[in-house]
Amino acid sequence: MVSPAHLLSPLDRKLLRDLWRIKGQAAAIATVIGLGVLMLVMMTGLVNTLDETRAAYYDRYRLADVFAPVERASDRMLERLAEIPGVRAVEGRVTGQALIDVEGEIIPVRARAVSLPASGAARLNDIFLAAGRMPGPGRDEEVLLLKGFADARGLRPGDRLSATMNGARHSFRVTGLAQSPEFLYTTAPGEIVPDDARFAVIWMNREGLGAAYDLEGAFNEALIALETGANEAAVIDAVDRILKPRGGLGAFGLVDLPSNFFISEEIRGGRKNAVFVPPIFLGVSAFLLYIVVNRIVQAEREEIGLLKAFGYSDTEVSVHYLKLMLTIALVGAAAGALGGIAAGRAMAGLYQEYYKFPFLVFELDPKSFVTGFATSVIAACAGGFGVLRGVFRLAPAEAMRPPAPADFSGTGRMGALARRLLDQPGRMVLRRLERQPGRMFGAAIGIAAGMALSVGMIGVQAGFARAIELSFTVLDRSDAQVTFTHAMSDKVIYELGRVPGILEVEPIRVAPVVFRHDFHEHRGAINGQSAEARLARAMDSEQRPLSLPEEGMVLSSTLAGILDAAPGDRITAEIREGRRPVLEIPVVAVADALMGSPAYMDIDALDRALKEPGRVSGAYLRIDSDQAGNIFRAVRDMPGVAGIALKADMRESIQTMMDSGMGAMRFIMLGIAGIVTFGIVYNAARIAYAERARDLASLRVIGFSRAEAAFVLLGELGLIALIALPLGAAGGFGMAALISAAFSTEVYSIPLMFDAQSVATAAVAVLVAAAVSGWLVKRDLDRIELVSALKTRE
Amino acid sequence: MPQHADRTALPAFRTEGLTKTYGTGAAAVHALRGVDLDLPAGELVVLLGPSGSGKSTLLNILGGLDRASSGVAHFRDLELTAMSDRALTRYRRAHIGFVFQFYNLMPSLTAEENVELVTEISETPMDPAHALDLVGLGSRRHHFPAQLSGGEQQRVAIARAIAKQPDVLFCDEPTGALDSATGRAVLSVLRDVNDRLGTTILMVTHAAATAAMAHRVIHFADGAIRDTELNASRLSPEEIEW
Repeated sequence: MVSPAHLLSPLDRKLLRDLWRIKGQAAAIATVIGLGVLMLVMMTGLVNTLDETRAAYYDRYRLADVFAPVERASDRMLERLAEIPGVRAVEGRVTGQALIDVEGEIIPVRARAVSLPASGAARLNDIFLAAGRMPGPGRDEEVLLLKGFADARGLRPGDRLSATMNGARHSFRVTGLAQSPEFLYTTAPGEIVPDDARFAVIWMNREGLGAAYDLEGAFNEALIALETGANEAAVIDAVDRILKPRGGLGAFGLVDLPSNFFISEEIRGGRKNAVFVPPIFLGVSAFLLYIVVNRIVQAEREEIGLLKAFGYSDTEVSVHYLKLMLTIALVGAAAGALGGIAAGRAMAGLYQEYYKFPFLVFELDPKSFVTGFATSVIAACAGGFGVLRGVFRLAPAEAMRPPAPADFSGTGRMGALARRLLDQPGRMVLRRLERQPGRMFGAAIGIAAGMALSVGMIGVQAGFARAIELSFTVLDRSDAQVTFTHAMSDKVIYELGRVPGILEVEPIRVAPVVFRHDFHEHRGAINGQSAEARLARAMDSEQRPLSLPEEGMVLSSTLAGILDAAPGDRITAEIREGRRPVLEIPVVAVADALMGSPAYMDIDALDRALKEPGRVSGAYLRIDSDQAGNIFRAVRDMPGVAGIALKADMRESIQTMMDSGMGAMRFIMLGIAGIVTFGIVYNAARIAYAERARDLASLRVIGFSRAEAAFVLLGELGLIALIALPLGAAGGFGMAALISAAFSTEVYSIPLMFDAQSVATAAVAVLVAAAVSGWLVKRDLDRIELVSALKTRE
Repeated sequence: MPQHADRTALPAFRTEGLTKTYGTGAAAVHALRGVDLDLPAGELVVLLGPSGSGKSTLLNILGGLDRASSGVAHFRDLELTAMSDRALTRYRRAHIGFVFQFYNLMPSLTAEENVELVTEISETPMDPAHALDLVGLGSRRHHFPAQLSGGEQQRVAIARAIAKQPDVLFCDEPTGALDSATGRAVLSVLRDVNDRLGTTILMVTHAAATAAMAHRVIHFADGAIRDTELNASRLSPEEIEW
């Protein structure tokens, strides 16, 4: 009988036992490369999943391709819209603004009321009934409530709801909770940040809603589905032409649907992130793998010579070490891939809840596996074969001899000062550094790469905090923002100023607009503000307030990027309200806005351009917080007020968005960066120990104490770490720039934060990792058996 | 004529003007300064000489582990000095066994597995267990090198070298790291291999007394052969005085 062990060749058994011998280090390497692969598989899988899920959700619930709001059009117009070439389906509906009273809140919550089709399922923009039942036919007091809002406010089917529509108060009963691909994100008009608790959607029967808004037999929004390959722009033009006499407000495509815009930005941000960040991690991991495999094979030099002496060919020896390297690399990559799938799945589950998808289409990116495995294999092979080639060049007789003592003679001329200051162990450390700068530098670069990763990730955390801090305390110093239902006379500003407790009022005129420059187009808004605004300010990159000139427009850097515009360029602005003029406005400056992608104009200049002088659509307030309750009651009762948003609430919701959406990835990445950094430092320590074990044992034999021998090893490690610090800081600057750019979207931009604190934190992390690693190898050093260490290579 | 002359038809090794120089210029070290040699097959040959006299270098070149700087070396009809690395690898694989001063066992393989490392790639291998029996270590074949004494490790190294039934066994200071009793045991194993398997053995040593067990003794000095003597009567390893 042959025992199972004999099924393996002796070389393979050597391989297994060698792996077992270096298990700690092998695990550290596999972990590092695995984390690189994990990140790649997870990020791409997550982004793919979100993208696919969104597409499937839109498809299954027949989300319209074009939305055409209109003041009032009779249902007959739908037939004309249906005749437009390229249109597959049309549906008319009634929608309107509403205010919902919420218990415990002085200010009612803004809501959008949407009609349900008279009979049967909706042809377009269907809804997913998450709980309860649909409103009964003819039951105009029954409504469905958006699930996100209901959850945020603790409302359930069966609860009653009081809402103001078109000036009249209605009492409703919630029969069910609904989700809709149209309202994945809900944002109150005039605000940039989605917040479940502060904006609601209610669905009710068409007749009831039509009656509430005086739209019986008519619609005020057409939903249009396109045929595959249809020209959306042409359809939108045709729709606008047909609806213009009925008060068409400008049809727009799905791209400009606010909810879709936010989710698209999240996915786009995630994709950008997945393209840039995981490769950095993978690259750092691969570099480490390269260095470590290189050193491991170098340590095998004598064994390689011996195998050659027995008559093993170069190919046979290479295959043996290839197996060793690939086992580590592939086990790491496989673990990373499996971990990536698991992590991607877990994260997708969290995101499913956050983005409110009723289902999930989990979809991995096969390319990420190929990239991950290929990178691991190539790095391991490159690291191994470089050394093997060198060893094969030696005659076996030479390879088998322990390498001749490295020639340190060139380092003899140490300065007199160094000689006076350094004892023998100190000189050993320094000479080694001087004699083998390549090795030391390689280790230092490895640690620096790990540190740069940490600097970058810590910098990004600081960038997120800075984005919020700047936006809400420097750029915008108001406490609250009032929005009007429509542009009103600026007399309302004086009325607001007379409310006791309101310390300062600043008008704003927001005009929805489509910007065009060259081939670039962006649907956004122009913020008309006071020329010398004190509360909500446009600022340059040095945080100096920009005064708004009488002519021209200041673009946020994000918008300037989207439109590829610079000061001096002229931008076409098609205003989408009122008389809908088309303006040519020069860009006069670029401001550093971190939230959204606004454009600023002097409010008077904007009103003049709109031919609506003295109009405001909202106001920024600075208030005495002790009188907040009274102020809100007074403002609520003023005519034309659509809502009031507290800066603190907005700040909280953007924080939530950054911490729960794609931005949440930064925490995971920071954790992984930390582990990778530690793994690299630990490996450097292990290698240093393996290469010096003999020397260290010799030192102990001739009478050095454990501490003195440890000094030689740890001094070397410490010195490498110190060399790595400035390199890591410099690399960290690039990483921080790359990673913060990867996290920035049109919704928020993350400023590059490369501050002393990020660098110091990462430096401390590297030093702590070095200390812990040093302590781990020192334990081995203390246990070393002196005689056997001198005899064998272990 | 030596008593073993009937064993062979062809000489095992023949060299002409073999030199080996390490380094260049002022730092050049002449390890071999023109060695001419004719060694019949089947002999146990001892190479004697002080450190740095060139004996290990000669062994390495004849064993295909190193290359000569000039001159010619033949094994049978193979011209070693003209062979490629690949051909030298084949030569070592087919014909040569090595025993080193520091045993050079793979620490991660057991005694038997160390032997298998060689039988694995040999064309006419012995059963590894049998090879270990021959060196008296049949009962310790599952021990790792760290669990064996120095003498035992060297016997494993010999078992490993003879298990492929090589034509020539090169031994570089095989007893250099051993005490006298253990050294004797190792030498008697080598003698046994030479007697029973007819393997040509080239042994480099410092220990002059060892020469008494050889058919032929070659004295080295300063990279050249100073003297060659043939032993009319050989002592057994047990009789050698250390």
